[in-house]
Amino acid sequence: MDLRRPPRSSSGGVEPKIRQVGFVTPDVSSEPPAPAVPAAAAAAAQPAASSAGSPPASDLSPGSLSPVMIPPPRHADHLAPGSPSPAASASELGDDESWSRAPSAAELEANKGDLAEIRNDNVSASIPQKQKTSKAERRAIQEAQRAAKAAAKETGLSGKSAGTVSGANPAMSKQAKSSKASQKKDVPQAASTAASEKKVTERPPERDRKKDAPHPRMQFDDVHRVEKAKKRAIVNQSEARNRVELFRHLPQYVHGTQLPGLESKFFQLEPMHPSVYKVGLQYLSGEVSGGNGRCIAMLLAFKEAIKDYSTPPKKNLSRDLTAKISSYVSFLIECRPLSISMGNAIRFLKNRIAKLPLTLSESEAKSSLQSDIDRFINEKIVVADKVIVSHAITKVRDNDVLLTYGSSSVVEMILDHAHELGRKFRVIVVDSRPKLEGQGLLRRLVEKGINCTYTHINAISYIMHEVTRVFLGASSILSNGTVYSRVGTASVAMVAHAFGIPVLVCCEAYKFHERVQLDSICANELGDPDIILKVPGKADLGHLKNMADNENLQLLNLTYDATPSDYVSMIITDYGMLPPTSVPVIVREYRKEQLWI
Amino acid sequence: MPDVQPLVREFVLKLKRRKVEGSHAVARQTAELLRSVVSQHRMGSTNQAAALADAIRGVGEQLIAANPIELAVGNIVRRVLHIIKEEDISSTAVGIEGLSVTAESDDEYDSENDDHPTLSAAVLAAHARNALRAPSLQTLLEDIPVSTALSRSASSAGDSDGKSGDKSSKSRKLKHDVIAAIGDLIDEIDTCYDQISEQAVEHIHQNEVILTLGRSRTVKEFLYAAKEKKRSFRVFVAEGAPRYQGHVLAKELVEKGVQTTVITDSAVFAMISRVNMVIVGAHAIMANGGVIAPVGMNMVALAAQRHAVPFVVVAGSHKLCPLYPHNPEVLLNELKSPSDLLDFGEFSNCMNFSTQDGTPLLNVVNPTFDYVPPKLVSLFITDTGGHSPSYMYRLIAEYYSADDLVVKRRSTSTSS
Repeated sequence: MDLRRPPRSSSGGVEPKIRQVGFVTPDVSSEPPAPAVPAAAAAAAQPAASSAGSPPASDLSPGSLSPVMIPPPRHADHLAPGSPSPAASASELGDDESWSRAPSAAELEANKGDLAEIRNDNVSASIPQKQKTSKAERRAIQEAQRAAKAAAKETGLSGKSAGTVSGANPAMSKQAKSSKASQKKDVPQAASTAASEKKVTERPPERDRKKDAPHPRMQFDDVHRVEKAKKRAIVNQSEARNRVELFRHLPQYVHGTQLPGLESKFFQLEPMHPSVYKVGLQYLSGEVSGGNGRCIAMLLAFKEAIKDYSTPPKKNLSRDLTAKISSYVSFLIECRPLSISMGNAIRFLKNRIAKLPLTLSESEAKSSLQSDIDRFINEKIVVADKVIVSHAITKVRDNDVLLTYGSSSVVEMILDHAHELGRKFRVIVVDSRPKLEGQGLLRRLVEKGINCTYTHINAISYIMHEVTRVFLGASSILSNGTVYSRVGTASVAMVAHAFGIPVLVCCEAYKFHERVQLDSICANELGDPDIILKVPGKADLGHLKNMADNENLQLLNLTYDATPSDYVSMIITDYGMLPPTSVPVIVREYRKEQLWI
Repeated sequence: MPDVQPLVREFVLKLKRRKVEGSHAVARQTAELLRSVVSQHRMGSTNQAAALADAIRGVGEQLIAANPIELAVGNIVRRVLHIIKEEDISSTAVGIEGLSVTAESDDEYDSENDDHPTLSAAVLAAHARNALRAPSLQTLLEDIPVSTALSRSASSAGDSDGKSGDKSSKSRKLKHDVIAAIGDLIDEIDTCYDQISEQAVEHIHQNEVILTLGRSRTVKEFLYAAKEKKRSFRVFVAEGAPRYQGHVLAKELVEKGVQTTVITDSAVFAMISRVNMVIVGAHAIMANGGVIAPVGMNMVALAAQRHAVPFVVVAGSHKLCPLYPHNPEVLLNELKSPSDLLDFGEFSNCMNFSTQDGTPLLNVVNPTFDYVPPKLVSLFITDTGGHSPSYMYRLIAEYYSADDLVVKRRSTSTSS
């Protein structure tokens, strides 16, 4: 059988440079262990640390690749007392009101069942499934700030050791637990709380290490919780009929019914900022889609909201602002479930709000937050994309046939850049229902003059003979190396793997997540099922239109799927080109408090 | 055969214009057409079977050339040729044995009878048995001389019996037998669904989850039969772009009360981890056990292999093709119109772009078929039962003869 693929020359278009790969422990350590310092100094130390830790964009010349720099493992730090300072641990409290996590009620029960307050707090803690700041969370923030003040006073007591882990969750849960405790008890608790914060640098004891696991998400088959969430919802959602049994743990609502209702309420929804409202509507209608696009739109809306924000009297800025942001987020969730990139961005923002030094005035705080948002967008998305493109361009040679699936912003940038550089290649765009995102990409590429072939996902076995490389985008990459991306990506990667074609996934590092997932059913997003019925352009396919109410018929419109890591040859991020097994390393080493900018 | 030519021409046109599509319809109509060809055929005096076979080959050549992708046409043509051969051999063996018994009583045929003792009755009977079985090493070496001797003796016997008028009855008998056998073939084509569906109960039990792609009538009947027997199962039907026949199948299943979920083709990998069995139909089964199936099937087969889900192909025996698939993705495939994928109106502005040498920048690929290699198939269920892919070549040897692979007229002079 003759190969339809052109024979590969040994060198291709670009000479492969000898480059260092793998873990290179830098001699200049990326974060000097800072001594125990008050919060303000810690905040100053962090930008310095982060600038060393974030990808060295400056020395990126085309052709030379920087090795992935992994900082030395954390337990080397425990010799230096209190290096990520107590303020950092206090800031982690903000981290954990993450957008899609159940609060630590479960693990509190598991770990400290003897505290009587837990039972009471459970009820209150179980309410904030929809990300409104609950009493528990507000209390937690309050305690954090009180503790931060106390810690600043007790700098000298840095020698104490006990085993609080420096991970975000355990510190939070311990704080939360101790904060709840100190609600009933008194200031003496605060002292011990402060003392316990010193232990963040210590090696974590076994039981606290378990809390490193991410919180489980809200499960929608728990009727009790769903009812509670509904009561607090802004948008009235009606559940879709014909729900698929397998996905009862995910929300499935009738689409299209909310849009007119929300539009009419545009000027009445007092608590909602208009730009956030607008972004929500854009999500609902599908105008803004794609991980980066949605994240940037949301952050810009938040920037506007912060600009217009003014602290109500007698309220603390960071606490109130965090509560407001949480309410915005819950509104956005009701419009469309958050993507993982958005979740990480929200976590970052809350982190920054919580770490605002208390000495700042309101306008200074607001402008600091706005500049933080700008910096996040710039560093984590815009510059990261540029870095990814410069890495990936080395993988595009002359006479390549590149296959891509759906429409990924990063992959489009790579193809544009390669075309500008004058490489000769052609692109195969694979598309699928129901979103048909590939058509937009196809149009844009053809307009730029790139030679394109268009096909649908069923034909990938036919077309894969011609392909030399597959470039895919991702919504997120999970800690077990699984690529969480548009539904159909897994099939493309599988067929490419069967034909022995390298699969390169391009994803910014801010989209990585510490969750793990084995298949596409545990966590997913269900789209509008009625779209399955309607096939555009084929009016005669109305077979199922009248059957929509039949109880035997179910329609399933998945949005994402999970690609196993063995199908992926390489992941291109702003930290370099990694194998899928390195993702948890990036998540762990580059995501901790001192490196989140 | 002037009477039959218009029929043949009409069918060839239908095939060329793709007016008739689908293995079942095509196979049935081909068989009926060939039956008319046989019945209209004027039997000559000598070498009747060969002449009949040649006529069939002539017609078959035209039919196959009209739509080479529709393998069912070729299958039926080759089946008919095999039938002719079989019927001829069985009637000849009976005739010769009858001759050798009656020869001693008639002194006039001493000269001819001298030829016969060279072929003893036992050898003749053995040869008849072998000829009806698949070719083996034993018969390969004996085959050619004996068969020609047989045919010569058959024709000579025919000649010598001409006076008694047996020749016309003999030729009538051959034609009659062939037409009867083709009728059986047509029945077989029609009843294949029933025979396959009977096996459904063996494979589908309780609380099964089945995945299928597109629509196959065989699969539909298979699932109906399981539903009749009150087995509980759910079905995931993948749409099967760009024809979206999955919607039709889903509607039919829902009307029968089967719990059906319609999914998009892109979601197959996501859902297959929760599936017990994949049951699909085929367009054709090739000699190596490979399957020509509607596009997208290879993706499903790979996903099933990854998740260790059995991949079951149900197909009637008229889909068995004796050809070996060389580069099937290209040679046994058909590219249909891009309008199924891209709306011409919407993309009309993109059609204007082109490179310097005028080749268009935008190409659309819309293949109809997909090839699934035999290693991805767990089981074939045909009307003869369940088989593994490595066994299919034996089935094919039963239905077809080796020298019919290339259907081409052999004799330059047309007899009758």
